[in-house]
Amino acid sequence: MENVQCQCGHTNPPGTKLCESCGRSLTEKDQNSKLVDMRYEGTARRSQTYNKSIIDKIWNFFSSVKVGVSIIVVLLVAAAIGTILPQQAFVPASTEATIQAYYADTYGSVGRVYHALGFHDLYSSYWFIALVGMLAISLVIASLDRFVPLYKSLKNQRVLRHPSFMDKQRIYGSGPGAEDALEKAETKLKELKYTVRTEKNGLLAEKGRFSRWGPYVNHIGLIIFLFGVMLRMMPGFYVDETLWLREGETRAIPEVPGYYLENKNFKLETYTGEGEDAKFGEAIDRVGTVVKNYQTDIVLYQEPEDSLPGATDNLEVVQEYPIRVNQPLKFDGYAVYQMDYKLNELKAMTFALTNKETEESLGELTIDLINPDALYELETGSTVELLGYYPDFSGFEDGEPQTATPLPNNPGFLVELTAPETPEGETSFITIQNTVEPLGENQYKLTFQNADTRNVSGLTVRKDSTLPILGLGGLIFMIGVAQGMYFNHRRFWIQQKADGTILLAGHTNKNWFGLKKDLDRVVDSAKLPAYTDQQDEIDKKEKAEKEGESSS
Amino acid sequence: MTLTEISSNLLYAAFFAYLIATFVFGGAVKGNKKGTFNSEQRWGKVAITITVIGFLANLGYFFTRWIVSGHAPLSNMFEFTTAFGMTLVGGFIILYFLYKTPVLGMVVLPVALLIIAYASMFPSEVSPLIPALQTNWLAIHVSTVVIAEGILAMSAAAGLIYLLKVVDLSKKSKQRFWLEGILYFLVLVVGFVISSSYFTLTNYENTFQYVNKDDQEATIIYNMPPIFGMNESVPVTEDAMTPLVETPALVDASKLTTVTWSLLVGTVLYVLIRLITRRRISQLIQPLMKNVNLQLMDEINYRAVIIGFPLFTLGALVFAMIWAQITWSRFWGWDPKEVWALVTWLFYAAYLHLRLGKGWQGEKSAWLGVIGFAIIMFNLIVVNLIIAGLHSYA
Repeated sequence: MENVQCQCGHTNPPGTKLCESCGRSLTEKDQNSKLVDMRYEGTARRSQTYNKSIIDKIWNFFSSVKVGVSIIVVLLVAAAIGTILPQQAFVPASTEATIQAYYADTYGSVGRVYHALGFHDLYSSYWFIALVGMLAISLVIASLDRFVPLYKSLKNQRVLRHPSFMDKQRIYGSGPGAEDALEKAETKLKELKYTVRTEKNGLLAEKGRFSRWGPYVNHIGLIIFLFGVMLRMMPGFYVDETLWLREGETRAIPEVPGYYLENKNFKLETYTGEGEDAKFGEAIDRVGTVVKNYQTDIVLYQEPEDSLPGATDNLEVVQEYPIRVNQPLKFDGYAVYQMDYKLNELKAMTFALTNKETEESLGELTIDLINPDALYELETGSTVELLGYYPDFSGFEDGEPQTATPLPNNPGFLVELTAPETPEGETSFITIQNTVEPLGENQYKLTFQNADTRNVSGLTVRKDSTLPILGLGGLIFMIGVAQGMYFNHRRFWIQQKADGTILLAGHTNKNWFGLKKDLDRVVDSAKLPAYTDQQDEIDKKEKAEKEGESSS
Repeated sequence: MTLTEISSNLLYAAFFAYLIATFVFGGAVKGNKKGTFNSEQRWGKVAITITVIGFLANLGYFFTRWIVSGHAPLSNMFEFTTAFGMTLVGGFIILYFLYKTPVLGMVVLPVALLIIAYASMFPSEVSPLIPALQTNWLAIHVSTVVIAEGILAMSAAAGLIYLLKVVDLSKKSKQRFWLEGILYFLVLVVGFVISSSYFTLTNYENTFQYVNKDDQEATIIYNMPPIFGMNESVPVTEDAMTPLVETPALVDASKLTTVTWSLLVGTVLYVLIRLITRRRISQLIQPLMKNVNLQLMDEINYRAVIIGFPLFTLGALVFAMIWAQITWSRFWGWDPKEVWALVTWLFYAAYLHLRLGKGWQGEKSAWLGVIGFAIIMFNLIVVNLIIAGLHSYA
């Protein structure tokens, strides 16, 4: 394609609609139209000019508003589909197979299809992420396609425009004017906070050009936001760990080197419906218990710098803090949140070694359910040896006891009991409800005495270094939206010919009412000729023609 | 009178003020047959005065309830929905003082009335806050959202008026069908309010035992005669109606029963209106729209979006993310409510691109405004009550 030469002598890049220098219409269509199309100042947009190579085609695809809106609508529909059934993260199943079974069992054939289509994990599916990626590409390309020529054009705009540019503006007027009309207009416009440039016999007054950048600024904000979201896939930017901490326990904080957390106490409070909660009485009667607060009183420790890794004997206290919902513990870029709890987890169980016939006790032993000893020696010289420990006993498989989880929900013990009378020892398998004697009838048994329990606090350890980036993106987006929506770009071109005739034209990207109000004041003070809104006249004419048609 | 009683009486007062104002606005519009606008202005003034008095009572309800409960009354379905009704009226009052449009009041006030009536079908006692809600972000996030939605709803109201004027009702068309569909939906809400109120006032109660989807035994109290029964349900109440149809465990038959009653009563009401007047509802309203200034309605439609959209972004996305980060340790978790906030936001983003980039003004814009409100209502009703998540209120 070739450059376009204007009558004024200026050479314009291919695809230009209005001469960059004088504003004459360069295409036949524009020359014949009553009003000039001022979008993007009639500059050459790449997407409207080239359509040969693959790159052109891709560029044109993503710079189109239609494509952009289509991507938005597809994303919107896809996002909505993901809420028809719960996503897999909210489903009480953890493995591929159990998740699949859950959808099939709970939701029948609908669930099966939903799962088969991958909608159970829609938001991390490749196609959904690809859609968001396409939206991001569209944001960048569509913005560049418009911003670059618009910026150049507004930066280099000339004061004097050709009369054919002026009379094709929506706001236009011409007529005789006084000698000092231009000067007076300039003073008034400056008073109205316009930036005024003059050249020979004309002036260009401009206000609020920055509002033209609003759309691009808010798109930059969105890009920064999406970039921040992407960044969390990089190692080191993002930590998300769960930490179950029992009362009295001190543990290293996962993914946070050198820090330890002790759970001193966990407490759960509910609304009583009395005293200052009396006003909630009716609601509590209806729904039952309502949790008021749950919190973990913790101590945060740090390893001294010179200590060996993993050595926990000389930890330094950093701080004590009650972690509550909405009040996470924050330190060193990390935060620990109160997320969950489990009340009354078994801590230790106490048994007595008793003779089954005489019910005589040979002493008691207490088994710590987290760190059980291998051998318990009783005062009477008897021993209880722990051959096997199954914290969450779930049944036998091939004769072997199994545990479902490492948590002491249903402890099972395989023990060998040795008393003075039974030096060879007797084997016994004990759970909370019953005792199995796999190798024949025993003389002794372990009798359950009592159990200690404690609460477990479910904490989440989080670091998200992308938050400042996301915040910045959000802020820039909001600024861009306000900039583009609540301000507008107004311009007036005024010229005075040698015979004293004044030409005046005005343009704004929106709020024509406000533009006219400004212009009225200028016209009034500088005694400029009256102007008309040519768009209104076109509309009126069309309306009259329509009515003429319908009445005839 | 305790403060709690004062609070709920103020809400009643607001409700009746809106009800009266609706008719006065209607009279103002109807009285303007010659298009001289004189009587419209005069009656409009009376109507807006009543509306403002109602709105002040409504604000009174809101703040006295805040004092009683000790937290912003935006924490459950009743409170949020009443607040939505209030911001609708607030949005309308602002527009009225800017543009002097009684016809807008004639449309917005009945919708606000329906919303407040709908809200009062939910338990309305002052309820305690669970730990996650015990923060100032409750007031900041929810109030911004509810104000933004109130403003966005103005776009739909202006759009609806626009459509009621321009859609040609004498010929069969898609536009005519959908326009009547919107009005039919409003009648269904009336159906819900009538059936709920009737069965509440007559103290209907019918208890069943059933097996829920986790295979557990549970009991449920029906407040409406059971059309649909819960999975394997067994009546507990003696000599009461038994369900006509049993449903699988997945379906909440009690909610389905409520929906069915609303549909039934609403449809009967709609058919009656059609039979008695021999006209579509849209045809009944259209004559009132004769003097509507279409350009102004289009302007209101657009203005509402450019004010509501940034506010919605701030409340439903920015503040929401900040709070979610503090409470749930992550700013975004694809919870259904979060997703629907995003859907709403994307929709209005598409609206703006179509309007500014593709020149979708006038009728197209009006339809988009109405669809936007439909999404907001879907979010309020369906997402809260049926698609349960972290935000589930009922």
